Amino acid sequence: MQEHEDQPAWRRQGLTDAEYARIVELLGREPNELELGMFAVLWSEHCGYKHSKLALRRFPTQGPQVLVGPGENAGVVDIGEKFAVAFRMESHNHPCAIEPYQGAATGVGGIIRDILAMGARPIALLDSLRFGPPSDARSAHIAQGVVEGIAGYGNCVGVPTVGGEIAFDPVYAANPLCNVMCVGLIDKERLTRAAASGVGNVCILVGQHTGRDGIHGATFASGELDAESESRRPSVQVGDPFMGKLLIEACLEIVRQGLAVGIQDMGAAGLTSSLAETAARGGTGVDVEIAAVPQREPGMTPYEVMLSESQERMLVIARPENVEAITTICRHFGLNAAVIGRVTEDGLLTVRLHGEVVGQVPVRLLTEAPTYQPAAREPAYLRSTRAPASLPVAGAPGEADLLLQLLRRPTIASKAWAYRRFDHQVQVRTLLLPGAADAAVLVLRESGMRKAIALATDGNGRLCYLDARRGGRLAVAEAARNVACVGARPLAMTNCLNFGNPEDPEIFWQFQEAIAGMSEAAEALQTPVTGGNVSFYNESEKGAIYPTPVVGMLGLAERAELCRGIAPPAAGLEVLLLGDVQGPADESEVWAGSELQALLSGTGPQGVPADVDLRLEKQLQDLLLELYEAGAVAAAHDVSEGGLAVALAEMALAGGVGLDVTIPPAGWLSPRARAFGEWPSRVVVVLNPGEAAARALALLRGSGLPWVRLGQTTAAAELQFEIPGACTDAAGESASGPVFRVTLEAVKRSYYSDPFTSAEGEV
Amino acid sequence: MSRGRVGVVIFPGSNCDQDCIWALEQLGFEAVPIWHQSLRLSGLDGVILPGGFSYGDYLRAGAIARFSPVMQAVAAWAKKGMPVLGICNGFQILCEAGLLPGALLPNLSRRFQCEEVYVRVENTATAFTRSASPGMILRLPIAHAQGRFFAPPAVLAELERNGQVVFRYTSADGTRRPESNPNGSVNDIAGICNREGNVVGMMPHPERVVHPLLGGEDGRVILLSLAGVLERVL
Repeated sequence: MQEHEDQPAWRRQGLTDAEYARIVELLGREPNELELGMFAVLWSEHCGYKHSKLALRRFPTQGPQVLVGPGENAGVVDIGEKFAVAFRMESHNHPCAIEPYQGAATGVGGIIRDILAMGARPIALLDSLRFGPPSDARSAHIAQGVVEGIAGYGNCVGVPTVGGEIAFDPVYAANPLCNVMCVGLIDKERLTRAAASGVGNVCILVGQHTGRDGIHGATFASGELDAESESRRPSVQVGDPFMGKLLIEACLEIVRQGLAVGIQDMGAAGLTSSLAETAARGGTGVDVEIAAVPQREPGMTPYEVMLSESQERMLVIARPENVEAITTICRHFGLNAAVIGRVTEDGLLTVRLHGEVVGQVPVRLLTEAPTYQPAAREPAYLRSTRAPASLPVAGAPGEADLLLQLLRRPTIASKAWAYRRFDHQVQVRTLLLPGAADAAVLVLRESGMRKAIALATDGNGRLCYLDARRGGRLAVAEAARNVACVGARPLAMTNCLNFGNPEDPEIFWQFQEAIAGMSEAAEALQTPVTGGNVSFYNESEKGAIYPTPVVGMLGLAERAELCRGIAPPAAGLEVLLLGDVQGPADESEVWAGSELQALLSGTGPQGVPADVDLRLEKQLQDLLLELYEAGAVAAAHDVSEGGLAVALAEMALAGGVGLDVTIPPAGWLSPRARAFGEWPSRVVVVLNPGEAAARALALLRGSGLPWVRLGQTTAAAELQFEIPGACTDAAGESASGPVFRVTLEAVKRSYYSDPFTSAEGEV
Repeated sequence: MSRGRVGVVIFPGSNCDQDCIWALEQLGFEAVPIWHQSLRLSGLDGVILPGGFSYGDYLRAGAIARFSPVMQAVAAWAKKGMPVLGICNGFQILCEAGLLPGALLPNLSRRFQCEEVYVRVENTATAFTRSASPGMILRLPIAHAQGRFFAPPAVLAELERNGQVVFRYTSADGTRRPESNPNGSVNDIAGICNREGNVVGMMPHPERVVHPLLGGEDGRVILLSLAGVLERVL
């Protein structure tokens, strides 16, 4: 998006000629500068969802557990008794490309306020991050800055960062992804909606003064990144977590005392969007006085005040008689609270300056951005990537070397370099620490330490690039599986859909396909979509990112004490593999988009990834939960990047135990495919000893679910893998024989290598 | 039956206040939240300054909170020999307020660090360690960016001579090793007390480990010391 002074004002603000003509037609006149600005931000892709709205209708959103579905600040799910959980995920990709620290910090602040708007106390943060290779200096700078920004805001504001995922690929070098999920806990009776209802009620602006920062941030997020993006640094806002913390406490106190009719975060498009959205939800109008808005600097125009994206502000709608009590609460926390307007019945957003109307637009026109059904066309690149993937065999190292090399891959290796900088324990709910489990587990102290919620984020851009529909299915299935792996039942999901320019038919095709795949899996696994976020225009001069839908899954465990991580607690325990032990009939599918392919091929992703059998997946997750209820599970781990051998090595390392396992024959797959190939619906389970193991075996035998015994944990500081049939590989060379061994120490050195320096065992 | 009434001071930006209140209640204490503008501490058996980022840690951790009205009351209370525990940011505030010697500098890593550490109890004569046994090893979490204890050589020598070092970072077996010190604290110091032993400051968070589901119970002995309850912690 280039800025040229000679262009008409609407184009400079990101509106097309046709959109401008429509505004003139709807208004029956030309909008003034302020009105045009309000239309430009609310009709931006970021706020108006104009290219995505129709496609998003495909998502299943219903379920008895869903209390609030899409359209609010966050989805809300019933978890039994008086408790509900609010959760949502949002992207802050473009700001992070330009100013990583503040981009990430304000992303955290913004999503926390979305949760707060539901009346919920924010209790956890998760991050799904994508960066270019850590060996690339700029990518390393972005990765470090984003992680520091998340830490800087999240730690200070006192919300633990409990999990997430980080993956690296050159495709994200110029356009990193920073998706942040926040989760909040509410007493169902205190659930708050962001609606400006009740004519005569007042609008109170709470928090930070309004400054000139972040004007047109939403429009910035709705264009591609180009050489001029750097000059848009002023479009990135600056966060103040201290103010954010005070805002949390003040708003929760307002909610606790039942003083608010509605609460709305002030995020993208600032006052314009929060006033228009709350009025639209309430079916009302709002009359706002600019002079009443506390301003950070003199001389701000109504345009600047209405479009400012200054952080740490909330809009509270309240009955006039409660203004004093709200002001008192805010003053207690040292916060501003200013009455800036009132709710009207005329359906208009009226902006005044010292009483004089300076802009007036029907709310409905602002919030009902035009919707487009963009053209979709199967991408041309698929013709070449669909050719079956094979692995270069000649000269490839032996199995033990491959395992250690895979463990060192930045996407697989320990993320301790990041999560150690996050306070993951504040609020004392964290049952399993980051790195110790497939999902974060938070015990609800409020339930007397009985219930726990599990949270996971997942998304694999490489797989979606090769097959967006399968990739969408795989992302949902893996997120749900991760939640089931800790012993929680998947309940509902949110998402963040990161794609390129939707006006490119090939990109829009990916978008539609991914949504279709995600929807199919969400239906099969009974995890409705309660909301989400779309981030388009993730492109740079080097092209679009991989289509990267990220799933945020919420699960519930009724008995917190049974939840387990990936670490086997002792030697001598049985190790089983549950689920799709056979694998796909076509071996090329287990290499497509895999880490081993990325390691050995040196080119981009190739092939078609293995699909997920959703019936088998559901059966697997249900049985896993039955095993948990029987008290049989000592540890469980999803098999994902790097395949079975990597999953087993990660478990051994986490538990500090040895392993003696046989990687079983599976269909027609080669020994190497069985060890390192990637296909879904597999979980490694370590059983508790004695009676519990017997109960588990009885359950398994009666279930009809495929499973196989792999071996057992040992007291040796060594992992021994036997792969029957692996006497020689296909080329007849570099045979490692049917048995290979690696020491726990070697696994540790590789897994804990520093991705930024490649130094082993440094993290 | 309450084990005692313990005040938990809440500064703007404190974020472990509710955790401390919960932990105290788990252990049978009555916890009383005290807003930082309070001028009096009455009817209490002990006071905790919790962790967090008081005033956003702007300027320097604890540097602004020391001017809060409640700190005059805390100083007067401490002078009377009443028990005061500063955890993490609370420790930083106690140092800034001059109720404990030394200062807490940015970690050697220059980063926020959240991890488990082992500390050895060096002094069991304080208000918050009297239920512990000498040399006891505790596994506790840390979460801070400015936890590197520093004191000038003369002050440090005096601290050591008087036995004012309460906790020292060690390995799991209790031996002092360079890699067991997470932040570069001088003499591996994780916590200290005043000469009288009624004011204790520590960087690790005992309130986070008082329940078996939450990664251990090694924090109990510290909080229970306040009630003079002798509890064996393995």
